[in-house]
Amino acid sequence: MNRRLLLGWAAAITLLGLMPAARAEEPPIRIGMSMPQTGGLAGGGKASLLGIEIWRDDINARGGLLGRKVELVVYDDKSSASETPAIYAKLLDIDKVDLLFAPYATVPTAPIMPLVKQRGLLLMGNFSFQVNSKVHHDMWFNNAPWGPADSWATGFLTLGQKAGGKTMALLSADQEFAQNLATTARDVAKKLDLNVVFDQAYPPSLAEFSSIVRAMNATKPDIVFVASYPPDSAAILRAVNEIGVGDNVRIFGGAMVGLQFAAVMENLGSLMNGVVNFNTWLPEPSMYFDGTKEFFETYSKRAVEAKVDPLGYYLAPYGYAMGQMVEAAANATKSLDQKGLAKYLHENTMQTIVGPITFAENGEWKESSTLEAQFRGVKDKNVDQFRSPGKQVILFPDRLKTGDLITPFEKARE
Amino acid sequence: MQRRSIAFWLGAVVFLAAMLAMTQLVRNEYPFFAGYVILQFVVLAVAWTILGGYAGYVNFGTNAFFGVGVYTAVLLVKAFGAPLPVQIATAAVVGSLLGLGVGLLTLRMRGIFFSIATIALAIIIETSITNFRFVGGAAGIQLQRPPVTAPFDSYVKMLFFVQALLVVIAVAITRGIQNSRIGRGLHALRDDELAAECTGVPTLRLKLLACVISGALMAAAGAPAAMYLQYANPDSAFNLNYSVSVLAMALIGGTAHWIGPVLGAILLGATQQLLAVTISSEVNVLVLGVMLVLFVVAAPKGVIGLVQRQPKRRGGSK
Amino acid sequence: MFSIDLLRDAVVLGVLLGCFYAAVSIGLSISFGLLDVPQVAHPAFLVLASYGVYLLNDRYDIDPLLAGLMLAPLFFALGIITYRIYYETFERRGSDAAVRGIAFFFGVAFIIEVLIIVQFGVDQRSVTAPYIGKAWRFGDLRIPIRQLVAFAVAMGLTVLLAAYLSKTFMGRAIRAVAQDEEGLRLMGADPIRVKQVAFGIATAVVAVAGALLIVVAPVEPTLDRVYIGRTFCVVVMAGLGSISGTLIAAIILGVAESIVLTLFGASWAPAISFALLLGVLAVRPQGLLGR
Repeated sequence: MNRRLLLGWAAAITLLGLMPAARAEEPPIRIGMSMPQTGGLAGGGKASLLGIEIWRDDINARGGLLGRKVELVVYDDKSSASETPAIYAKLLDIDKVDLLFAPYATVPTAPIMPLVKQRGLLLMGNFSFQVNSKVHHDMWFNNAPWGPADSWATGFLTLGQKAGGKTMALLSADQEFAQNLATTARDVAKKLDLNVVFDQAYPPSLAEFSSIVRAMNATKPDIVFVASYPPDSAAILRAVNEIGVGDNVRIFGGAMVGLQFAAVMENLGSLMNGVVNFNTWLPEPSMYFDGTKEFFETYSKRAVEAKVDPLGYYLAPYGYAMGQMVEAAANATKSLDQKGLAKYLHENTMQTIVGPITFAENGEWKESSTLEAQFRGVKDKNVDQFRSPGKQVILFPDRLKTGDLITPFEKARE
Repeated sequence: MQRRSIAFWLGAVVFLAAMLAMTQLVRNEYPFFAGYVILQFVVLAVAWTILGGYAGYVNFGTNAFFGVGVYTAVLLVKAFGAPLPVQIATAAVVGSLLGLGVGLLTLRMRGIFFSIATIALAIIIETSITNFRFVGGAAGIQLQRPPVTAPFDSYVKMLFFVQALLVVIAVAITRGIQNSRIGRGLHALRDDELAAECTGVPTLRLKLLACVISGALMAAAGAPAAMYLQYANPDSAFNLNYSVSVLAMALIGGTAHWIGPVLGAILLGATQQLLAVTISSEVNVLVLGVMLVLFVVAAPKGVIGLVQRQPKRRGGSK
Repeated sequence: MFSIDLLRDAVVLGVLLGCFYAAVSIGLSISFGLLDVPQVAHPAFLVLASYGVYLLNDRYDIDPLLAGLMLAPLFFALGIITYRIYYETFERRGSDAAVRGIAFFFGVAFIIEVLIIVQFGVDQRSVTAPYIGKAWRFGDLRIPIRQLVAFAVAMGLTVLLAAYLSKTFMGRAIRAVAQDEEGLRLMGADPIRVKQVAFGIATAVVAVAGALLIVVAPVEPTLDRVYIGRTFCVVVMAGLGSISGTLIAAIILGVAESIVLTLFGASWAPAISFALLLGVLAVRPQGLLGR
């Protein structure tokens, strides 16, 4: 009898002991997204995805989210807007994912905004620009540090004005992102009372920029704001190097996409010296937060295997931060209820590896953290030089600043 | 002939009824998203075949017609908030005018000259749209869908059915052409334009007609895409991939009979949709190229050539 | 904004740009212009050559132009194989060759594009050479040296090919095959053989042009799409198969593009060049110096 009782107790205790284990075998939390893995945006898309994957592995190593393993469901959208509606419909209706992340960049994201709004779903945005300005979805949160739409141009143009600039030239690619930026740049120029003396949009397939740079020089601008895409950014800098821009130019750059990617930086090398350009993360002392260093240690190792951008400053840490924000919201609300998560994200400041993030009404960062940094002392054909501080000195915003602008542009190039 | 017609229309009604029933019974929305894209390609491939298959004029500018359809819809929505049927009808008219323009401009061009001219046209139109700020220009434009009309409970299901309707219209027109004197004229024109002209076939008028009809159908197929994506930018609307895919679909299916492009579009369209959510890598772009090359080399008459061994004989009366 | 200085610079830079366009189009002028092969994959071959040059330059520090020359024999062989396949599957079977031939080369272009992506990734690549990134000054006019290199190579290719086609036996045979295949056969030459060699030469020239492509600007795997329009525009405008016409047409295109870029809206540049092509096609389908 006693024995039986003992056995019974033992069985009961074993069962109880098994309970947590059974809990751990609950179905995983599935996060769905499309990501550009072919086409023009693939370089950025792959780096961003690696950042998100590192977060997934970290959180699973810590025992998962709300005790459940995290799984990613990722499809390639070919960098195109026409692929994403079907992909997100599949993620929602067939794969039945628990949470949605947006694909990298504006174009693939734009078509899914109405879909998530209509279904009342939380969408974590991934480096798109002003994609929510017309849709007004209140459960949208952009991981990119753009902040208010005009803060980007404001940073650059204020720097130029402080350096004595009065006239501005605007050279922009005739594609969506660059045109959106150019529009805000024109507004900001008006506000700052800068005279726009040159304003050209060049076609995306342009091979040779000598003529354009020549035409721009004829207008003798003090500030040159360039909004360009990767292939053109390199070609523009080459033409500038060959043709020159004259001593009147105080500051050059602003929004050249491409100078954030290791392959382009390695190719251009010393051509970039003096250019002031935007970035989102740089290995400067002011940019390290809790976990940042560890993240980049892991990233540099895994980037080699995955054949993606070896530096990964621009997108990868923000992919990780996207995960961290969801993690913080889920842990605080103890659920995956999307309304609850959105409410938390709206009302709180999340600590991430890219610093504290607070959201404004419209789902963008309350305060811009877009860096304007100047390239200095860069040598040719060397990726690893960019890992040390001082190669890209942060000039803006003030709270993250690590140096002052060297001006005029021609002098800064030496 | 009569019997075949009855069978065809019966088939069309059954097809539409099945599609309609599907929109009412299936709750899951994904099949409609994917199905819409496939049906859209069916219309494009069938329309392409009128000019490319029957007349032998290879149109590389499918993207121009498609994009014009998209932007006609965008313009109408932006300016007047026009409803979907108006968007499609207007797009068809604009597309037919564009087709007429292409036809007139390329009257004397044969073979690859015609193809190059259509590429050039696509780039000119894309550039114009890029510089047209009212429809968003290079930055693209986001659109709001109006509320859905009964009996549909979601806009995508409605678009799916509308596209199915367009498929029936496109196939009916193409079939009509194939079985009429127009079709035989185009065929003669394709085999030997000079000989056809000498024997009294009105080659110029036939070519213009083919351009107009093909253009109208392609633009009509593009129009609902504006509301499907709720977003339009020149890059996506005028993407060269439309031209390549449609060309591949028509040639893989076979261009001697209207069923060819239908089969090709379903086959390739479904493969692409499937690969997009399975392999999801460079490989699915590769599939398009490899299938295209394999078929033009190994199966010159496409899928219908493989299936129907019997040589031409019944050609005209199908 | 208009000034004589600007116009002068635009013309000078335009001529140089035009010479670059001539260099990348000249292979097509043979393969499509003389041989009537719808070589839509020409720009894809061009980009492929650029990546070959990149590989040689990056790994072994070989000068890009020299690397282009080193690749030329390889591309000659590639051209011969390509033509053989095209002939066996399309030309010999007669009717329908045009339609399916275009589709075939379109597919080949697509495959090349993807293979480059798989091997090199989607990032753009560029080469280093002493003449890249520097400029010559003439008074206040500055000309990038890489543009002068393109100019020199284009001139060299034009002169060499024109001489080859008019002076040597094989060259004359190539021109003869373009005009009268039967006549050539009667003279005891094998027209297919001749065409094969001609296509090989056209493809070998592409290797050198590919080196120029990556010297002038960085390349990326999908760059070929941009050049389909440009190269065919040049060749058609030139009048099929005219080597000197190719140079002239390319310079007209380059100058037109450069003037529009400098003096009017840059965003209209692509449309202008194609409008030029459509105009020529509609008014004078045989091209400027057509046969």
